[in-house]
Amino acid sequence: MSELTFEGTPEQADALKRCIDEHRGEAGALMPVLHEAQNIYGYLPSEVQTVIADELNVPLAEVYGVATFYSQFTLNPKGKHKISVCLGTACYVKGSDKILEAVEKELGIKCGECTPDRKFSIDSCRCVGACGLAPVMIVDGEVYGKLTAGDVAGILDKYIQD
Amino acid sequence: MINLKINGIPVSVPEGSTILDAAKLANIRIPTLCYLKDVQCVGSCRMCLVEATGARGLVAACVYPVSEGMEVRTNTPRVRKSRKTTVELILSTHKKKCLSCVRSMNCELQKLALEYNAEEDRFGTDHDIDPVDDLSPSVVRDNSKCVLCTRCVAACNNQTIGVIGPQHRGYAKVIGSPYGVSLAHTSCVNCGQCVVACPVGALYEKSNVADVWGAIVNPEKHVVFFTAPSIKATLGEAFGLPVGTNVDGKMVSAIKQLGDVKCFNMDITADLTIMEEANELLQRIMQGGTTPMFTSCCPGWVKFAEHYYPELLPNLSTCKSPQEMFSAVLKTYYCEKNNIKPEDLYVVSVIPCTAKKFEITRDELGHYTDAAITTRELAKMIKEAGIDFANLPDGKYDTPFGDASGAGAIFGTTGGVMEAALRTAAYVLGGEGAPLEFKEVRGTRGIKEAEYSIGGSTVKVAVANGLGNARKVIEQIKSGEKQYTFVEIMACPGGCINGGGQPYVHDEIRNSIDLKAVRAQALYDSDSANKYRCSHETPAVKALYDEFFGKPLSHKAHELLHTTYHQRDKY
Repeated sequence: MSELTFEGTPEQADALKRCIDEHRGEAGALMPVLHEAQNIYGYLPSEVQTVIADELNVPLAEVYGVATFYSQFTLNPKGKHKISVCLGTACYVKGSDKILEAVEKELGIKCGECTPDRKFSIDSCRCVGACGLAPVMIVDGEVYGKLTAGDVAGILDKYIQD
Repeated sequence: MINLKINGIPVSVPEGSTILDAAKLANIRIPTLCYLKDVQCVGSCRMCLVEATGARGLVAACVYPVSEGMEVRTNTPRVRKSRKTTVELILSTHKKKCLSCVRSMNCELQKLALEYNAEEDRFGTDHDIDPVDDLSPSVVRDNSKCVLCTRCVAACNNQTIGVIGPQHRGYAKVIGSPYGVSLAHTSCVNCGQCVVACPVGALYEKSNVADVWGAIVNPEKHVVFFTAPSIKATLGEAFGLPVGTNVDGKMVSAIKQLGDVKCFNMDITADLTIMEEANELLQRIMQGGTTPMFTSCCPGWVKFAEHYYPELLPNLSTCKSPQEMFSAVLKTYYCEKNNIKPEDLYVVSVIPCTAKKFEITRDELGHYTDAAITTRELAKMIKEAGIDFANLPDGKYDTPFGDASGAGAIFGTTGGVMEAALRTAAYVLGGEGAPLEFKEVRGTRGIKEAEYSIGGSTVKVAVANGLGNARKVIEQIKSGEKQYTFVEIMACPGGCINGGGQPYVHDEIRNSIDLKAVRAQALYDSDSANKYRCSHETPAVKALYDEFFGKPLSHKAHELLHTTYHQRDKY
């Protein structure tokens, strides 16, 4: 799996250290520490998982296992523009898988990943309550509905220009 | 005591016992899969489900505690149907290429499928699984066979290595190292405890059988085998003999029937290791060298120290392992004596260990060993050659490396290296009449300590088996809580007799006997029956010093029998 270069700041490292110190020695410290680490960094880079494993004295394999088990954790950074394609039932039957495919093709990354320039990241979601507009895609909180695969490039262009 | 009935049979068990414990006492078998004594007890596979009064659904016998007056039923139609479905669900994601599987006829899943009349395709099979990871020189992982029981993960965590774990969720769940990297690129120490814990063919050693067959038929090659001390105590299991049967003679006969090969006894270089190691210890004590000194014959432990305790590397004895000493002796002394070019001599070491396969790739050891095969691989070769093992006559090792001491034999079990070294150290300092048996360091306890007065000085020793126990001892030494002169460490629980290359033993047997103790007894019996009890008495060892090395720790000995270590990264 390819991972983008880790770009942590000393402030982030300090914040992580404080969080680990707070939970050190507690049973079940791993979950709250991973939560906080994701808040600090926006995702869970391997470098951060390694620090957590060493400091909490748990195997890295366990840290990675927990990080990949829960969908709330992400191993990839989020882009400046966050794209989310709805794969809920209504959107799905209206062909949202084709929309997701078009976004992936346009940006050259897979769902769950971030572009190397960190401008875009793609995720999928399950129903945003806009079934009447299916299929739906959201970019930075703005909802685009009744999409066809052909619409995708035009929408993304706006953000690429940005 | 708690009184309950299982299938109508009354049983009394101590409070806190599980239904599985109680069933064992009543001689009632409950099938298990994820449960393995001393390794894992999590109740996740659902094979051991039973009906119990007071419980709403079926309960997992391996974790469910007994209660007064409980009535348990282990073989109702409901229970049988549940177990059958469990097996069928496991089979739905299992690559059912059973005929060519390394575990065929010796697979716990296959056995359960047969017992419960499971249909292998009831739920179809559509499951894409990562390719086989065979980059490690020791251990191969084939997740298409994995049943996600996590026994390997528990075994690795018990060793305090923890380089594998479950990752992802649901259908995508696999066991592996973080980010899917190969085991070869982790701080795995190659002990192979994951392999012997695996109920199916998802983990096995990297086989060198084909290489060895190739050398045997190559007319240019002189092929010599040597067998590690513990092989004689375990090889018989692969041929249906009871655990703990000493098959020394049959093993030698079988190897000699594989082709035009010689068979030597590695107990001899265990003796040679002791000569070097005991003298190194005395030298460190007398010259104020780094102590405590740690043994260095276990390649799993050596790699563990390199990854996790590099600051202790000066404490490790510089002695090579018996395998590497033997290969060095063969490629030099033996070749010179017999006018064989070293490149024409093909050295096969038979070891109970997967880590030895890694050891032979170390540059600093000189690449003297051509192939290292496990007890299981030797058994496979013997079967492939059509040899009727059980009816073989007892053979004799070839000269000049045949007779060894009992001290060499007990090298294969925890405490054995320590006892062998103490015998020789006591003789060097005390002369004739020095003590022969050091029973305090025997047994399968994880950590053993003793204090001996040898030649007027006090020697404090510790013996740890299993890397979790090794870590405990090391932490106590580092904190200053404990002081020792000499520490023996074997990576596998129980030592080499329970090594990662030993025959697969089904959970049912492992759960019911003390495998380590029964196997070790075969070595202690062979020791007490031996006319030589000490390493320095072994004729071949005397000859090696007289004709070749001069004396222990000589310049030549240092060149060929000693080695160096280097720090390795943790990630």
